Amino acid sequence: MASHESSYRPTNRLSKWLDARLPIQRMMHAQFIDFPTPRNINYLWTTGGLLSFFLGVQLLTGIVLAMHYAPTAADAFNSVEHIRRDVNYGWLMRNMHAVGASMFFLAVYIHIGRGLYYGSYKAPREVLWIIGVVIFLLMMATAFMGYSLPWGQMSFWAVTVITNLFSSIDSIIPGLGTRIVQWLWGGYSVSGTTLTRFFSLHYLLPFVIAGAVVLHIWALHVVGQNNPTGLEIKTASDSVPMSPHAVTKDIFALSVFVMLFAWFVFYLPDYLGHPDNYIEANPLSTPPHIVPEWYFLPYYAILRAIPNKLLGVVAMFASIIILCFTPWLDTSRVRSSKYRPVYKWFFWLFVITVIALGYLGSKPPEGAYVLWARIFTAYYFMHFLIVMPIVGVMETPSRMPRSITEAVLGSSGQPVNVGAPAAPPRH
Amino acid sequence: MFTIHAAKKGVSALLLAVALMVSAGMAGAAEQEHPVIERQTWTFSGLFGKYDDAQLQRGFRVYTDVCSRCHGINRIYFRNLAEPGGPAFPVAAVKALAATFKVDDAPNEEGKVKKRPALLTDPFPSPYKNEQEARFSQNGALPPDLSLITKARSAEAEAPFYRVPDHMIRDILTGYQEGGADYVYAYITGFSEPPAGVKLAEFMNYNKAFPGHQTAMPNPFAGGDGLVEYDDGTPRTVENYARDVTAFLAWAGDPKLEERKRLGLLVIGYLLITVVLLGFAKRRVWRDVH
Ligand code: HEC
Ligand code: HEM
Repeated sequence: MASHESSYRPTNRLSKWLDARLPIQRMMHAQFIDFPTPRNINYLWTTGGLLSFFLGVQLLTGIVLAMHYAPTAADAFNSVEHIRRDVNYGWLMRNMHAVGASMFFLAVYIHIGRGLYYGSYKAPREVLWIIGVVIFLLMMATAFMGYSLPWGQMSFWAVTVITNLFSSIDSIIPGLGTRIVQWLWGGYSVSGTTLTRFFSLHYLLPFVIAGAVVLHIWALHVVGQNNPTGLEIKTASDSVPMSPHAVTKDIFALSVFVMLFAWFVFYLPDYLGHPDNYIEANPLSTPPHIVPEWYFLPYYAILRAIPNKLLGVVAMFASIIILCFTPWLDTSRVRSSKYRPVYKWFFWLFVITVIALGYLGSKPPEGAYVLWARIFTAYYFMHFLIVMPIVGVMETPSRMPRSITEAVLGSSGQPVNVGAPAAPPRH
Repeated sequence: MFTIHAAKKGVSALLLAVALMVSAGMAGAAEQEHPVIERQTWTFSGLFGKYDDAQLQRGFRVYTDVCSRCHGINRIYFRNLAEPGGPAFPVAAVKALAATFKVDDAPNEEGKVKKRPALLTDPFPSPYKNEQEARFSQNGALPPDLSLITKARSAEAEAPFYRVPDHMIRDILTGYQEGGADYVYAYITGFSEPPAGVKLAEFMNYNKAFPGHQTAMPNPFAGGDGLVEYDDGTPRTVENYARDVTAFLAWAGDPKLEERKRLGLLVIGYLLITVVLLGFAKRRVWRDVH
């Protein structure tokens, strides 16, 4: 773990006794009170705290919902209505859980975007970054299975469409895909059996996520936080202790974000959902447009942009897995886009691409929408495979401060080389 | 070698070109797939929204007099009709109303199922025994149960993509979630003779709000003004019938709306104060850092 003096002093007899046997309080003190945080981190660095908070919200509200929810085809929809109508504050638990999932994804998208902008994936944070991508994948799996639980029309048909994707494997090994799909379903079609196993996994995966989060934070506390300059902490004046500085800032940002969360929970609980999910699942009636939740739309657009089903599935998964390779695809010697005058623009072009894909994912796959989905899908991958390596080599980084302290307080009289790329701060 | 300036210019030109092409391409694709549904004013919309008890009571009357012949509302129990935040009928009146319905009793010692008057704890009886009977009585169409109808429909506006952000922001800021009610109102008031050249299928009726414009439901208000008795002096017009029954259905789909919005105001108020205090705390802690 990061080397810094612990200011932990056990005060009473019990904590002294424990400190000599299991110094857990000492460790927590070192990691969450004394831990040095760069003094210049901005509000984008509060998203990590937000994400932990929303994992907690999902766990707590989910456990309460599970006390009243019935994971069978006959009762699932009715039990959710029972929660909305008859359980004391059931509507609140349900709204918090459904809206909480959206807020969780909103926070994770900002979190990932921050990492991409400030080059937080670059050495020595590769493992930290890859664990993050794993958490993101687990979140998606959890949310997908959670969305099946109310057993409305969209639940049922989203499960049908997405599980059916595996049947595309039939085009390489005939029969294998079909077998996998039947194995996932627990039968020859999506049924109550599928629902029950999805419920079981939906209850399990968040705890796996919690485990991955522990690893993520462990890795973070080994390599330290990145910051807007992309420079490492070199001297004591570059950092402030986590408590009270980062903590007050985190709690402040969290309260602002919780206000947004509350706004949706109390005033717009159904705004982010689809009205068809208030119609009970009916295997005999396919809704005219099957659309996933908003946070899956960009990937859904990529899936449908590709005419070949198997390749579409591959592209959809690749669009996320490719994030794992950014530490090696990005050839720039500078971390932060703040000092990358060319790449900065490509970053925003990439953001626009993802938003455009999200919009296209919500539209029927016809006419001009398909063409645009193809163009943006192509650009999505080009960003990683072409822009990242090439711009990194060709661009001249702009003038950088020498240290975090200098970035905050202004150059303290020393001359700074204009235009010279600062060496990447590695050790 | 890139120069900063040229690259910036290049990328912004590219963005502009993309935006222009997208708008040109999409304008064609976004043909009016959904008929335009007008927004109505509802007492229960917005941040301070509440149901109007008298309106829900009238709406219930329209439902029982007109719609209940064809549509069930099986998630509503008689007891709900007397609850606060709903039509809030007097308990005695609801008990008396329930007793006019006969429902299956539990099997007696001989295993025979007899009828008994309905109680507060019974759901509102459906007009049909099963889906087959419903379809048989409606020329093959299925009249949906109306308990969740305002939640299960929306007034999807097909805005061009560059209008999506401002529509979203407007709806989010005003807490607008009443598209379902707007649709139901537009649907039940949307009947007319088909325009010249439109041929209706057998048993079908022309409706301007329904997707595809042909619906199996006949105009429920064909009887015109005066069809349903109101005893609170509200004018007996089709427009009022439609508005009142829609409000009643909105309550049936969201019976906790009042509790939700009341608590919401408290929570948002509490958070506002907390945010301000934490803002001061944060500034104080960081005072000599930058
Ligand atoms: C004569 C029988 C009958 C009466 C009376 C009737 N309906 Fe219907 N209703 C139907 C049928 C049949 C459908 C199915 C229509 C279809 O699918 O085309 C329907 C469908 C609906 C729908 C769903 C439309 C959609 O978007 O799918 C709503 C809402 C509705 N009715 C509301 C009402 C209301 C409110 C009343 C009372 C004012 C009422 N109905 C009275 C037969 C009736
Ligand atoms: C990573 C954390 C989690 C995410 C992202 C998540 C996501 C979701 C989503 C999107 C839904 C559908 C909401 C709706 O439209 O109704 C859902 C439903 C549900 N979830 Fe979770 N969930 C998480 C954790 C949990 C946990 C830990 C539990 C229980 C122990 C749980 C129990 C349930 C239950 C019972 C439902 C069905 C009730 C309902 O639909 O309202 N969830 N979840």
